[in-house]
Amino acid sequence: MATAMSSEAITALRDLAAHIESQLDQDVSDVTLIQGELCLRCRPSSVIKVLTFLRDDSQCQFKALMDLCGVDHPQREQRFDVVYNLLSIRQNTRVRLKVATDENTPVPSATGLFSSAGWMEREAWDLFGIYFSEHPDLRRLLTDYGFEGHPLRKDFPLTGYVEVRYDDAQKRVVYEPVKLTQDFRNFDFLSPWEGARAALPGDEKADQTAEDQG
Amino acid sequence: MAEMQIKPLTMNFGPQHPAAHGVLRLVLEMDGEVVERADPHIGLLHRGTEKLIEYKTYLQAVPYFDRLDYVAPMNQEHAFALAVEKLLRLEVPKRGQYIRVLYAEIGRVLNHLLNLTTFALDVGAMTPLLWGFEEREKLMGFYERVSGARLHAAYFRPGGVHQDLPAGLLEDIKAWAEQFPKFVDDMESLLTENRIFKQRTVDIGVVSRQEALDHGFSGPVLRGSGVPWDLRVSQPYDAYAEMDFDVPVGKTGDCYARYLVRVEELRQSLRIIDQCIERMPDGPVKSDDRKITSPKRAEMKQSMEALIHHFKLYTEGYHVPAGETYTAVEAPKGEFAVFLVSDGSNKPYRCKIRAPGFAFLAATDFLTKGHMLADTVAIIGSLDIVFGEIDR
Repeated sequence: MATAMSSEAITALRDLAAHIESQLDQDVSDVTLIQGELCLRCRPSSVIKVLTFLRDDSQCQFKALMDLCGVDHPQREQRFDVVYNLLSIRQNTRVRLKVATDENTPVPSATGLFSSAGWMEREAWDLFGIYFSEHPDLRRLLTDYGFEGHPLRKDFPLTGYVEVRYDDAQKRVVYEPVKLTQDFRNFDFLSPWEGARAALPGDEKADQTAEDQG
Repeated sequence: MAEMQIKPLTMNFGPQHPAAHGVLRLVLEMDGEVVERADPHIGLLHRGTEKLIEYKTYLQAVPYFDRLDYVAPMNQEHAFALAVEKLLRLEVPKRGQYIRVLYAEIGRVLNHLLNLTTFALDVGAMTPLLWGFEEREKLMGFYERVSGARLHAAYFRPGGVHQDLPAGLLEDIKAWAEQFPKFVDDMESLLTENRIFKQRTVDIGVVSRQEALDHGFSGPVLRGSGVPWDLRVSQPYDAYAEMDFDVPVGKTGDCYARYLVRVEELRQSLRIIDQCIERMPDGPVKSDDRKITSPKRAEMKQSMEALIHHFKLYTEGYHVPAGETYTAVEAPKGEFAVFLVSDGSNKPYRCKIRAPGFAFLAATDFLTKGHMLADTVAIIGSLDIVFGEIDR
């Protein structure tokens, strides 16, 4: 962290957070301020209301949607987070809005509020399969024509399912299932002593004997 | 004579057209020579960078950032390094910060040299490109001397920079910086008042302030539309707060204004480079937190602890505390940001890359509608599009 935020900037952000919370107490939850980054959460049904408020309120003026992306948490019931990163040039601050959704619940499209949302929502649809309702042109964006699946989901394999090559006999590019000449190697260097899961190989037997006896 | 219905003509622009700046496939619906609708098809250079980063440690993720905007590689690494440092709550020593600012500005010059001269080539001027590439070659020589690679440097790393500057490099950069204004003047004498160049760029692709913000523009394109916004000034990072420079702002928001803004940014970058060389402090170039940055090789010959640290850092890597951050830098093209989500392990949980060019290209339809086909080329040239960062 190169530049610590000044105390005035932090106070201003706190005031802004309080202002947003007081105006939208029905819609936003989990207002957090960590390391000078303001983050809100809301339900898909109130996305448009919250974004409109953030854009048009005189104390907010977040006129630019700089980034919109998905985050996948497959273990959660609502596995996706849609993350909106907004910028206010007038206030010189940023805010982050997060919306949880799943494969079937559509999120209202923000294209009516920010033109920049168009492609970013297409990208989130392409890579995660998050559906945006009322999007004027929700086509795939980055992946190949006729691609199947959503590659940034955590359950999509890194190597994908198909590979392409030019077939000299057929005189065209052909799609084939991925054949790896060498098995995919996932280097897991997590230390068994201080890693996320502190299970030593063979250690599970110790628990079993303890259970048997107890 | 019977009335005739003329169907709009659909034509492909690219992906192998030299003025498409890479692998842009633009499907244009034309009414005669006027563009009615432009539909860019992107993804031909999609390499799945974000997916790959999720499978790599934080240090292994750094080189992927060189391959995004390969015209100014270190500026991308800068955003990632700052994001990781923010989550680690890590302080970079002053010398490290100054070297980063110095090389970020060299990157800006590299980028603008390529953009301005290829833009001129797109609208019919050949000479600036030939001159500009000579200067770029010298700058890439500086990249090579500091990192060993002309393009894929992997030099800015979380915690600082990889190695200290070799002896004599600062003097050589200073010597280059002294002769460079001559090049800018020469290039301007060819373009700025050139009648053909102005005919091709003035009043083409006009963007108003509101439209620029609405479309998420940033960098020279936003400033060309008259918005005085530069992250180096408004949200300074590293040593930018200590630098004295001006932010050029355009008036008209057309292709010509964007050109003028970039030319002036070349001169301002030179001022920052001069200040960096002048005030370059002594001291370490990277954090001495041995759990994050590796020890010197000489140390490893003597110290068991240093050897263990080195081994752990290059196998397991370091763990980043759980959290998330949206960290942006003023890359030459605009706001380049990394939205980094960490789950406390040694690999990023999610690393979204916000590329400035993505927003520019998304607005192609809005920008080119109603313009002639030849103006499309000028508009794309003035937006500064590089496919490495758009397709990711």
